[in-house]
Amino acid sequence: MDMNIQHSDIYALALHHRFQWEEAQQNYVILFPEGMVKLHGGAGEILKRLDGKVTVSDVITDLQATFPDAVNIETDIIGMFELAVSKGWLRKL
Amino acid sequence: MTQASLGESVVQKTVHAQQNNGVSAAVTHTQPLWLLAEVTYRCPLHCAFCYNPTDYDKHTQNELTTEQWIEALRDARKLGAIQLGISGGEPLLRDDIEDIVIEAKKLGYYSNLITSGVGLTEKRIQAFKDGGLDHIQLSMHDITEEINNFITNTKTFELKKKVAAMIKNHGYPMVLNVVIHRYNIGHMKEILEMAQALGADYIELANTQYYGWSLVNRNQLMPTKEQVDEAEAITNEFRANPNNKMKIFFVVPDYFSDRPKKCMNGWGEVFMIVTANGDVLPCHSARSLPNMQFPNVRDSGLAYAWKDSPAFNKYRGDSWMKEPCRSCSEKENDLGGCRCQAFLLSGDAEIADPVCTKSPYRHLIDQAIEDSKNPVLVAQPIVFRNDKNSKRIIAGELNDRVEGFHSLP
Repeated sequence: MDMNIQHSDIYALALHHRFQWEEAQQNYVILFPEGMVKLHGGAGEILKRLDGKVTVSDVITDLQATFPDAVNIETDIIGMFELAVSKGWLRKL
Repeated sequence: MTQASLGESVVQKTVHAQQNNGVSAAVTHTQPLWLLAEVTYRCPLHCAFCYNPTDYDKHTQNELTTEQWIEALRDARKLGAIQLGISGGEPLLRDDIEDIVIEAKKLGYYSNLITSGVGLTEKRIQAFKDGGLDHIQLSMHDITEEINNFITNTKTFELKKKVAAMIKNHGYPMVLNVVIHRYNIGHMKEILEMAQALGADYIELANTQYYGWSLVNRNQLMPTKEQVDEAEAITNEFRANPNNKMKIFFVVPDYFSDRPKKCMNGWGEVFMIVTANGDVLPCHSARSLPNMQFPNVRDSGLAYAWKDSPAFNKYRGDSWMKEPCRSCSEKENDLGGCRCQAFLLSGDAEIADPVCTKSPYRHLIDQAIEDSKNPVLVAQPIVFRNDKNSKRIIAGELNDRVEGFHSLP
């Protein structure tokens, strides 16, 4: 699997996966056959921006503007994309 | 009912998926994230390894109504339940699964139909798709018609292949469950290849765990240690090949381990089961435990069952533990194993799971492994899971097969 995340890449949730807010847990989650992943707030902020049109670069710009105080946010975002792709939660469009 | 969601399978998979990297590794210990609806105990298959209770025949005439199921779904969702398994028996023997699926979707569940495939038609699968069912888990038994038909005591081999294609054609992820036992463990490589050829996205290789009917048939079903080791090696080899995209879940055969499984990921931690007759259980075989009063949805809501009922609180945490568990440095890893297995085999529900080599009852497991090689015991006929045999067990006619256990499996 190509793990090299490019700024121009567009990602979407993998097939058969569902991303939703869980009120009872106060968390975003990804659901898939036989399992579930709870996401930290930051990871949820990334996932909820993936509408099938935005690039990785768009997500970074958006989150930098939304959270101007967050340090080194770009590295974290790329790291999250790498993890999500390696786990099969995201697919590249 | 297959052995799909027993023990560590479902939730530990979730935990394993949570290797941290900006993603929470914490799992809540307060919500029934997984709701298993065992909607009926009726089943067209008669699998020798079924872990439904052997006295299930008592519960085939008093199933919950559609309205009661929908109420239970709503109730559990409020408590945080999110993964819904619709199981049995064979759930498709009920004609209201479509209504249950629609309600599950409305409530935001990720829903899974756990089926033998018998009764799945084009019309029904289309209704499930339209209603928002998220996936279907199909049980398969072997690559050979002979073993499939033998172990299920039915002629269902061709049907299963047709159903697998139907699931794929409707755009569902293909999740196969194969219960592993003496009769198919030698075909592990071929089973994996079959699953791949069918286009499976996931396969669960569920080594038989001995509860219910499989405990009664333990001498007939248990493979040897050598067979288990070989099967695991084949599985690991398959996994290591980067060309194989299919995800494999391997449910460990606990009798051949030194430490017990963390059963249900802890009693009353993440699983809640509502049975066909409305009993609310923390695990599939909890009713085999002594002196326990389980709540029933006809009498009280699920919030009471989960939070306040004495049954759900009984084995939470570790204050109930005896030695050697209480002072064991590994107790967090497995929480002492399975309470039902401890009681069924030793007669003490609070002792370490006999699987553990630190347990004073480990000899019972070693004896069971020896018994499964004893030609006289192995020659006893398999007691297939069917209404007639369930009635016979209730009537005490098969006492010779269950008297070695401390309650009815």
